[in-house]
Amino acid sequence: MKLTLLDWTIMVIYFVFVLGIGFALKRYMRTSTDFFLSGRSIPAWITGLAFISANLGAQEVIGMGASGAKYGIATSHFYWIGAIPAMAFIGVFMMPFYYGSKARSVPEYLKLRFDEKTRGFNAISFAVMTVLSSGISLYAMGLLLETLLGWDFSFSILVAALVVLVYVFLGGLTSAIYNEVLQFFLIVFGFAPLVFLGLKDCGGWAGLQMRLATVASSNGFSAGAWSESWKFMGTPAANPMGIEWFGLAMGLGFVLSFGYWCTDFLVVQRAMAAKSMLAARRTPLIAAIPKMLFPFLVILPGMIAIALTYKSGGSGFTLPKKPDGSFEYNMAIPMMLGHYFPTGMLGVGLTALLASFMSGMAGNVTAFNTVWTYDIYQSYIKRGASDHHYLWMGRMATVFGILISVAAAYITTRFNNIMDMLQLVFAFVNAPLLATFLLGMFWKRTTGHGAFIGLLAGTMGAAIHHGLTLPIGAQVGVKGGWFGVIHVYPSELAQAFWTAIFAWTSCFVMTILVSVFTRARADNELVGLVYSLTERAREDGVPWYERPALLAVLIVAAAIVLNILFW
Amino acid sequence: MRLDIRLPIGLMFGILGGLLVIVGLLSSGSALQHSLGINVNLWWGIVMFVFGALMFIFGRRGNATARLAEESREGGKVEAMEHEQGLEK
Repeated sequence: MKLTLLDWTIMVIYFVFVLGIGFALKRYMRTSTDFFLSGRSIPAWITGLAFISANLGAQEVIGMGASGAKYGIATSHFYWIGAIPAMAFIGVFMMPFYYGSKARSVPEYLKLRFDEKTRGFNAISFAVMTVLSSGISLYAMGLLLETLLGWDFSFSILVAALVVLVYVFLGGLTSAIYNEVLQFFLIVFGFAPLVFLGLKDCGGWAGLQMRLATVASSNGFSAGAWSESWKFMGTPAANPMGIEWFGLAMGLGFVLSFGYWCTDFLVVQRAMAAKSMLAARRTPLIAAIPKMLFPFLVILPGMIAIALTYKSGGSGFTLPKKPDGSFEYNMAIPMMLGHYFPTGMLGVGLTALLASFMSGMAGNVTAFNTVWTYDIYQSYIKRGASDHHYLWMGRMATVFGILISVAAAYITTRFNNIMDMLQLVFAFVNAPLLATFLLGMFWKRTTGHGAFIGLLAGTMGAAIHHGLTLPIGAQVGVKGGWFGVIHVYPSELAQAFWTAIFAWTSCFVMTILVSVFTRARADNELVGLVYSLTERAREDGVPWYERPALLAVLIVAAAIVLNILFW
Repeated sequence: MRLDIRLPIGLMFGILGGLLVIVGLLSSGSALQHSLGINVNLWWGIVMFVFGALMFIFGRRGNATARLAEESREGGKVEAMEHEQGLEK
C-alpha cells in the first residue's frame, strides 16, 4: 500500500489537533480533581461518546473485523447481547452508587463499601492489567503498520506512545476524553465509506448474503451460518463460533459483558467525570446508541472481505493468506482500506485506524494514573501530601505507565507466550468481579471478608476450570488442561465463556457463605453505597428524554429489534 | 474563555473535508477505478465538511465546556471530601 503526500498531510493535521487539545487544556489542570476526574464537569454527550471510544481500541476495530470474517454476523452478539443490556443496567442501577458515593475510582468504591484488602487487591491487579494491556495493543499496532505500510516497528510505537503521553500529561482525563470524542467521529467517518463501497461491490445486502452462503457451505455449515445470528445457536456444531445459546447468553451476555461494562474502571471513569448524577447515569445510555450500530461499521467489513474472497466481486478484492494456508483475518479491514480508498480518503481511513489505537491506549493510561495515584500511592505510600503533589504524581504516573507499556510491547515481540499467559491470568482475576459488585450493591448483608474471599474463590474457580478443560484440537498448556483434561470444548470461545460462568458462580456462592458467618456493617455506614439503604433519585421536572430508566427501556427494545432483524 | 470540544472537531473536519473536496475535483477517471467509479473524495469530503461546519457553528453558540473542579458543584464536593479526610494538607 503506497501513501502519497496528501495522506501524510492528513495524518499530520490529525496529530496537530490531538496535541493542540492537550496544550489548550493545560491551564485548566489546577487541582488533582481537574486532572483525574475532569473536575466532574463534562456534559453527558461528551462523556457518553468517550465511554465507547475508550473501549474502541485495537481489539475493537481490527478484532471485530477479523471475527466478522471468521464467524459472520454472529459476532454482533458481542454488541447486542454482550454490551447493550449491561450498559443499560449500569446507567440505571449501578451509577447512582459509583457517582453518588463520591468515590474517585472503582477500587475506592470497594474500599468504601467493603474494606482495605478488597480495594488493595482490585487496585493492584487493575493497575498491572491496564499498563500491560496497553502494551499488548501497542504491539499489535506496531505489527500491523509494519505489515501494512512497511513502517519501522519502533518508529510507529514510539510516535504513538509519545503523542498519547503528551496530551494526557498536559490535559489529564479531560484531554483524553476530548480526544476520544474527536477519535470517535474520525473512526465513524473513516470507516463508513468502506462499508458502503464494500456492500456495493457485493451487490448490496442480498449479494452479500448469497456470497456468505458460499462461505458457509464451503466450510461445512448450513447456508445461513454467516448471515443469521441466532438461528444456528442450538448446538455448538451448527455455527462457526462453536458455542450454544446458553453458554453464549450466560457467559458472554451476563458474566463477561456485565463484568466489563459495569465494573471496569476504564469505562466507568468516563461516567464519573460527568457534571451531575443525571449526566453520569445518562453516559452509558447515550453510549449505547452508537454502540448498537457499530456492528455495521466494524463487523460488516469483515463479512464483506470473506464473502468477496470466496466469490469475487467486480473489483477483485481477496483476503491474503498466512504461510500455513489460513486466512489473515486481522488484515480484513486494513486491506480493504488499501483496496477501495483513493489517496486522500485512504489518509482519513488510516488516520482513523491510528485513532482507534490511540484512544484505547489513552483510556488505559488515564485509568492507570488515577488508580495508581489515588488507590495505591495516596493510600499506601504517601498519605496527606498536598494536592499539588498528587497532581505531580499523576503526571509522573502517566510517564511511567507509558514507559512500561512500551517495554511490554517490546517484550511481546520476543516472548509471545508470556503475554498469552498474562492475559489468561487477567481473565481469571476479572471474571468473578461482577458477583462482588452485584452482591455489594444489592445485598446489604455482604461483608468485606465475604467479598475478599469470594474474589479469591472466583479466581481459583476460573483457574481450576481452565486447568481441567481444553478447546478442541489444542495442545495442553496455555490453552488449558494442565490438571488433566476432563472436558473438551468445541471452540476457544466456548471455553472462555464457560470459564467465566464458573468463576462467577464460585465467587457468588463463596461471598454469600462467608458473609453469612461474618459480622455485617451497620446500616448507617452503608447509606449511599447499597441499593436498599439509598434514597431513589428524584426525577421531577426532568424531561422524558433525560430520564435514565425510560432511555434504558428504549435502548434495550432497540437491541431486541436488531436481534430479531438479524435472527 | 474555555475550550468547547466542538470547535476543534469542527475545525479539523472542516479542513479535512475541504482537502478531500479539492482532491476529488482534481482527480481524473482512472483514479476512481478501485472505488467502483465513485468519487469518494469529493462526496465524502462534502459530508465531512458539512459536519465540521455544523459542529463549529454549534460550538460557537453552545456551552459544552469543561470547567475547573471548584466551579462545578460535584467537583467541589469531591475536593471538600478529600479535605475532610485529610487526604491533602
